[in-house]
Amino acid sequence: MTDIAIVDYGMGNLRSVSKALEHVAPAASITVTDDPEVVRKAGRVVVPGQGAMPDCLHELDARGLRGAVMEAATGKPFLGICIGLQMLFESSEEGDVEGLGIVPGNVLRFPSTAIMNANGQKLKVPHMGWNQVHQTIEHPLWKGIPNDARFYFVHSYYVETATPGPAAAYSLYPFPFTCAVARDNIFAVQFHPEKSHEAGLTLLRNFVRWEPVSAT
Amino acid sequence: MGLAKRIIPCLDVTNGRVVKGVNFIALRDAGDPIEIARRYDEQGADELTFLDITASSDNRGLILRIIEEVAAQVFIPLTVGGGVREVEDVRRLLNAGADKVSINTSAVQNPQLVGDAASRYGSQCIVVAIDAKRVRNADDTLQWKVFTHGGRKETGLDAIEWAKKMQLLGAGEILLTSMDKDGTRDGFDLALTRAVSDAVDIPVIASGGVGTLHHLAEGVLQGHADAVLAASIFHYGEYTIRQAKAYMAQHGIEVRL
Repeated sequence: MTDIAIVDYGMGNLRSVSKALEHVAPAASITVTDDPEVVRKAGRVVVPGQGAMPDCLHELDARGLRGAVMEAATGKPFLGICIGLQMLFESSEEGDVEGLGIVPGNVLRFPSTAIMNANGQKLKVPHMGWNQVHQTIEHPLWKGIPNDARFYFVHSYYVETATPGPAAAYSLYPFPFTCAVARDNIFAVQFHPEKSHEAGLTLLRNFVRWEPVSAT
Repeated sequence: MGLAKRIIPCLDVTNGRVVKGVNFIALRDAGDPIEIARRYDEQGADELTFLDITASSDNRGLILRIIEEVAAQVFIPLTVGGGVREVEDVRRLLNAGADKVSINTSAVQNPQLVGDAASRYGSQCIVVAIDAKRVRNADDTLQWKVFTHGGRKETGLDAIEWAKKMQLLGAGEILLTSMDKDGTRDGFDLALTRAVSDAVDIPVIASGGVGTLHHLAEGVLQGHADAVLAASIFHYGEYTIRQAKAYMAQHGIEVRL
């Protein structure tokens, strides 16, 4: 049986995610897969993602993976990364598409002009590089990670939860935006733990060991 | 609290070794790419850029093996460029473990490659590298022009307009090298860096000319760069990445320490 399934819906580069997981869990069986049955049988599921959300959802459906991802999101340790976070929401400004609707809220675009930092310098989109992640809740996946540790981001859209409930962390660019959500068996992040050096590897190690208490 | 400016060591790779030349001649061996990548990772580099400067296509497979090995041990973003001609080259590099692919000459020859690669793999992984040089026009005005083929061929394109066009086509980042400054060690072309950085909405990496830590700080403060790239000051042990970051932090630049 696969311990950890990395869902491959044909978008972007999943090698980084699998290499980082292999590094923190050398004994685990880790599979990059587009087979819904493998996802259903896996103990843990990771949904990464790069590129545009409409394409990601399209490819997810084209491969018949939507059902397996929905089940995973309600039943077992689930880690969403980047688009894997955004697609949990109800809708996105990107291509004006509906998401999976698992977390109430929407995905919005950073304004493309006139975002400035405190020094009046233009802030670029995509938001690319290492930003501080301010943890707002205690969570097993934050264990051993100092608050405000820096993680690597690259994205042009950000999530806005309908209620503060699921938010687990925020970053500033220049306004605060939610960069992690947590609920039951779901943990999903905007940044890339697989590219975030020690802090990122710690988060992945925590995920591999995580036993959510109330997976319903 | 906010986004940090990045420091990116650049590794020019040929025949499986890191080399550093001055204006593409007199290449000097700087060591094993995997060892060097690991050292910069330990020192806190924010990203690594590998440029495959292999002239012949015989040894292209080497860079893929190097990237695979680095990506299994170094968990920070990796950019790879050099010899990228088609979308298939982008796919191969991403599969080997690159996070971003840098396109230079082929972007000029076939701009649609940038568009195609960005729509297939996302803008976040497409970097357009621009080699720019100040030229004097017939009417005596000065302008930065784009050069290709490792700086040997003038294209006639205006560097600022070209950067804007690449953004429109889907580039997620610009790697901007001043050919006038490259290898001189007397600092970035700050006017060029600032002109391009202010003209586009995507991040700009300043490159070419770094000889001191102060040059790195200038690139951000005066050049408005989002990231600074350097090679020789790090390769030969003059400065560590950590020293560079400490210097930038002292000058009020937000960095990842």
